[in-house]
Amino acid sequence: MTDRRKLLGHLALLLPPFGWLTVFYLGSLFALLLSAFWQVDSMSGEILHEWTLDNFRILATDSTYRVIAERTIGIAVLVTITDIILAWPLAYVIARKVGPRMKLVLLVLVALPLWSSMLARIYSWRLILGHDGVLNWFLRTAGLPEQSFAFTNVALWIVFTYLWLPFMLMPLVSALERIPASLPDAAGDMGATPFQTFRTVIFPLAIPGMAAGSVFTFAVTLGEYVTPMLVGGAGSEFIGNVVYSNVGVSGNIPFAAAYSMILLVVVGAYMLLARRFGAFDGA
Amino acid sequence: MTDESSLHAPAVSLTALTKSYGHGKPVLKGIDLTIQRGEFFTMLGPSGSGKTTTLRLIGGFELPDSGEVFLNGVKVTRLPPYRRDVNTMFQDYALFPHMSLQDNVAYGMKIRGVDKAERTERATKALAMVHLEAVGDRRPSQLSGGQRQRVALARALVNEPSLILLDEPLGALDLKLRREMQVELKKIQKQTGITFVYVTHDQEEALSMSDRIAVFSEGVIEQIGTPEELYERPASGFVARFIGSSNILNESGGEILLRPEDIRLETQDYALTSDEAGLSGLVQEISYLGPVTRCRVATTDGDRSVTAMVPSRQARGLDENMAVRAVWSKESAYPLSS
Repeated sequence: MTDRRKLLGHLALLLPPFGWLTVFYLGSLFALLLSAFWQVDSMSGEILHEWTLDNFRILATDSTYRVIAERTIGIAVLVTITDIILAWPLAYVIARKVGPRMKLVLLVLVALPLWSSMLARIYSWRLILGHDGVLNWFLRTAGLPEQSFAFTNVALWIVFTYLWLPFMLMPLVSALERIPASLPDAAGDMGATPFQTFRTVIFPLAIPGMAAGSVFTFAVTLGEYVTPMLVGGAGSEFIGNVVYSNVGVSGNIPFAAAYSMILLVVVGAYMLLARRFGAFDGA
Repeated sequence: MTDESSLHAPAVSLTALTKSYGHGKPVLKGIDLTIQRGEFFTMLGPSGSGKTTTLRLIGGFELPDSGEVFLNGVKVTRLPPYRRDVNTMFQDYALFPHMSLQDNVAYGMKIRGVDKAERTERATKALAMVHLEAVGDRRPSQLSGGQRQRVALARALVNEPSLILLDEPLGALDLKLRREMQVELKKIQKQTGITFVYVTHDQEEALSMSDRIAVFSEGVIEQIGTPEELYERPASGFVARFIGSSNILNESGGEILLRPEDIRLETQDYALTSDEAGLSGLVQEISYLGPVTRCRVATTDGDRSVTAMVPSRQARGLDENMAVRAVWSKESAYPLSS
């Protein structure tokens, strides 16, 4: 009897959060899925509740959307790789080379930008990368050729890499911290040079940390539309920007929904992959 | 280095090693030590005495502040671990969690470029030596503590080093398993003829396994000797207290050591013979330990006391606060140099 009451008690605790998630999260996802198969009457602009695959047909055949999808995924991949490369040395130092005080200082420094508005940080990059920006001023002063990154995919890559670096760094630090000091000792003991130790012991054991970090660098970059809007140019649209303009400007929610489904599928597939690499194991 | 010199040189030779960490106290205050080839050598001491640091200096995991480390007559003081012909069994076993047991054992060979067929064969043989050949494809996380410990041993043995360092390898095992492994470690050491340098804080373990023991205390070696030498002729009060249980009495200017098993209990009116000494008092504590019973006898003023270990059969009539006479032969009292 008491077991049953316990069970009811647990259910009562679970009901509010699950109810919320079911109605507002799964419900809206389901509505999105449904509306992807509807279409908009081109004359009246009203949504016609008739089943059609037209949205997906356009996405499959019109090369514009394929290019945008490729760019979105491509930049997300590039950002992930760059962040992994940039995060490693710092994460290694924080996790294995400095004392607890210095570790705290470095971690706070890494997290510090996250306390300011993301918009402000993106705008500050416009000031840096712009034609008359800080970077060109510096290059001019140093007598080097000027750059013209402003409003290009390169600018997007740089800004995304900057924005998500802390999110790659933190899980990597915690993965490296979890490796007992005796493991690299043991590898060296059996004849491995420091580089061999890194390749065969440290790196493989840090893969779950990188996978967890990539959930941010990859999946979050995929869904972004604010950064491309602010630092990207005419040729730097993301899937999110197309979705945004279809929802806001042209009012074609079914098409926006269909394009979003592509994002959902890619992110879903990516999450499964990340899980295989241990991204969600005991972090 | 010439072959001549390395052929006759001791396995390990340490000269005047010192080491301190950061701004703290010195951990080693001058360690001199020679370990012969094929020896089972134990470094024994309480935690913080410097025994593990000494082991890490031999393995190359840390560098000394001063002094030298020689392995087989070759100076290796500044060489990193991967350039030393030494394998270590770590306290936490340090098995690679992302590799199978087979791959863990074969790791060193893979690093040195031994071809796959030979690697597999030797790793399987090493696992068979510790009775784990059937589970070679498992991961360390699927093993019990005792099994992990065996894998770590196989991994150290498979590379056939001239020297194996063991850092409290049995510390995490329960008593029964520990006894079994003590016997097995000793057996394997004899079979292979590899020099073992063993670190422990367990004096019983040290006595039962070692050819020679170095007793560490606060960064210095108090005494080096065979188990019998340490037990019967301890060089200091520290060694006497640390090895076995002991009574240390102050008598006529010097300290004398009395082992509890050398003391017997007699009735109060027992007359001492000319080669006997004794202490009259009341029985304070009685602990039944199976074959023997431990019993503390203190003078009525509580000033002096001795602990005796008597065969349990002879201890049956004893009771607390009973007046007795603790008796020992003068011969068994060993004077300690202070």
